[in-house]
Order: sequence, then structure tokens, then C-alpha cells
Amino acid sequence: MDKPYDNRAWLLVLPVLAIVAFSAVIPLMTVVNYSVQDTFGNNQFFWNGTGWFRELLDPSTDLGGRVFDSLWRNLAFSAIILAIEVPLGIAVALAMPRHGWKVAATLVLMAMPLLVPWNVVGTIWQVFARADIGLLGYAINRLGIDYNYVADPLDAWITIIVMDVWHWTSLVALLCYAGLKSIPDAYYQAARIDGASRWAVFRYIQLPKMRRVLIIAVLLRFMDSFMIYTEPFVVTGGGPGNSTTFLSIELVKLALGQFDLGKAAAMSIVYNLIVLAVCWVFYTVMTNLDVERRRLPADR
Amino acid sequence: MPDLTWMAWTPQTALFFATIIGLLLVMTTLAVRRPELERVGALGIATTRGDRLFLSLLGTAFIHLAWLGLAGGPLWWATALSLLYAAAVFRFV
Repeated sequence: MDKPYDNRAWLLVLPVLAIVAFSAVIPLMTVVNYSVQDTFGNNQFFWNGTGWFRELLDPSTDLGGRVFDSLWRNLAFSAIILAIEVPLGIAVALAMPRHGWKVAATLVLMAMPLLVPWNVVGTIWQVFARADIGLLGYAINRLGIDYNYVADPLDAWITIIVMDVWHWTSLVALLCYAGLKSIPDAYYQAARIDGASRWAVFRYIQLPKMRRVLIIAVLLRFMDSFMIYTEPFVVTGGGPGNSTTFLSIELVKLALGQFDLGKAAAMSIVYNLIVLAVCWVFYTVMTNLDVERRRLPADR
Repeated sequence: MPDLTWMAWTPQTALFFATIIGLLLVMTTLAVRRPELERVGALGIATTRGDRLFLSLLGTAFIHLAWLGLAGGPLWWATALSLLYAAAVFRFV
């Protein structure tokens, strides 16, 4: 049945448009304006054309070097935490109980780290991992391992990665668990009749059913880790040296620390474009999975 | 007229945004006058005109950045390349 179609319905969207314009579009336009100018404060701007962008994209300059270094650092960080959190999340989801009172208990327990505010997570780990008074840092040192995240870049990286895994693996696990719960018992019964091994059940029943939630999990974890700021800022402040200075920390240093609005604006635009491109790829993959599902609804 | 000096406008960026707003207006008019169906193109995904405009603009941004970072020289060449790219996106994607 055809529903009546009335373009005046679009008028109802206007308030949202106004809010988005006020909170996102106009500030973004201002950033674009900043990116082609230089300022010394006092709202006085001088035309700089594409100067900041040229400098930014040339790794041999100070600005370019900092931007590229933090970009590689950030990509490495995202790759590492994805490589740990996704398999670990799947493993945890597979081990979670399916029936009885334990389900509720596990779900609450798993959701706990997700409810902790980011700066609190940072503070917890900042103290927990300290070599002098923190339980973790002190214990590791007592075991005879020289560990100090304030002085050693490798230790700082390990601390931040373990913290992120602690904070976010349960998100991946909960998403996978939702995917696993949606598999009807008939699939497992059929597998049992066919004498399928545990690996075959995982590979041909559980993994395909989790594909969609896994893509969402990877998208969420990639975007979150690519834009991470609070936790490493609280724990290491980007140090020692610049070893844990990720993109957003570098950006804040530029914009608020040095008040280089032009450079920071140019960097935000490039940063934003990368995020936008990645989002588009993930979004397209996800919506096309939906389309595939609609075409083949019965036997998947 | 509200005071917009805080936004640090320049004629160039104003022209840039006017072009984008103009494109959006053209797309809106087209959508009303000539409604369209999604089609599947070279990428194997269903796209509308809006999707193709988005891809063109995003690609244009990256082409300009790549030109600044790798080639140097006048940006007009990057703009020309972007127009070719946009035409290809609208024709084939």
C-alpha cells in the first residue's frame, strides 16, 4: 500500500538542522577559515593560503614530522588493540554462560568497565601502574622486572595498551555474545548430527553469525582508538618524550598549548578527512551486508 | 547582519563554501524535479546522486592534499584532476 508522501514533513527536520548548524557546521566552517590563515591572537588573522597544509604534509618540517609521527603511532596503537581485543573478545564471548543466573551476573560484570568514565580509567591506571605506590607497578618491580611507565617508552605503551584492553574488550565480548545468542539451537543440533568438530562449529556457524557484530565492533574500536585522548593524556601525558603522543594529544598541544590555530586547524581537517573516509568504508560495508541479507534471507 | 568577524572569513573560503552550498542546492532541486533510483556501478554498491557527490567531494579533498604533499606546483592542476575524478564518479560509480 502506498503511503501518502508529503514533502512538508521535511519542515519537522528543521530544528535538528538548526542545532547541527550551530554545534557542528558553523564551528567546522570556522576551522576551515583558520586553516588558511595565521593569527597572533586578538582576533587578527593573516592570509597564509595552503602554507599550513604544505608544511603539514611534508615530514621534513617540524609540523609535518610531528603530525606523521603521531599518525603512525596512532595507527600502530589502533592495530595493536584491535589485534588483541577482537580475538580476546570473541574468546570471552564463547566462554560466557548461555543459561541460568550466571548470564545476568556475567553481563553486569562485563559491562562494569564500560561504565567507568575515561578520565577515571586513566587515573585508576595511573596510580595502579606506578612503580613506587601502585599495586601493579610495585608488584612487577618486586618480581625483579624493571618497569617504570614514566621513564620507559615501551613500558608506557604496554601500560596504555593493557589499560585499553581492560577498558574495552568487554564491549567486543558483549557484541559477540549478542551475535552468538541469535544462533538458533537447531544449528548446533545439525552440527552435532553431522559430527562437526568444535573448530568447524566455530568456523562455519558461530563466526559467520558474528560477522555483522564483529564489523560494528571493529568500527567502534578503531574510531575510538584513533581518536583516543583522555586515557593516555591522564596516564602518560603523551610521554615519556613524545612516545605516546597520539593524534588528538598532538592536536591539543598545537591548538591550546602553542595557540597555533592555523596549524591546528589544518591538522584537524586532515584528521577529520581520514576519519570520514574510514567511516564511509565501514558504513558502506555494513549497509551492503544488510542488502546481501535481504537478498538471501532464508539459508544464512 | 550579525557580526561574523569571529569566524575569520576570507573571500576564498567564502567562495569555497558558497560552491558547496550551491552544489547542495542543485542536488536538492534535482532530487525534487527528477527523482532517481539507486544504481549499482563500478564499486558494486548501490549509490544515489548524493552518494556520488559525497565520494566526489571526499576524493577531491584527498586529491588536493596529495597534490600539496607529493607534487607541489599550482593547485589548479589538482582541481582539474578532481573535476575529471568527479565526472568519472558520477558516470561510472
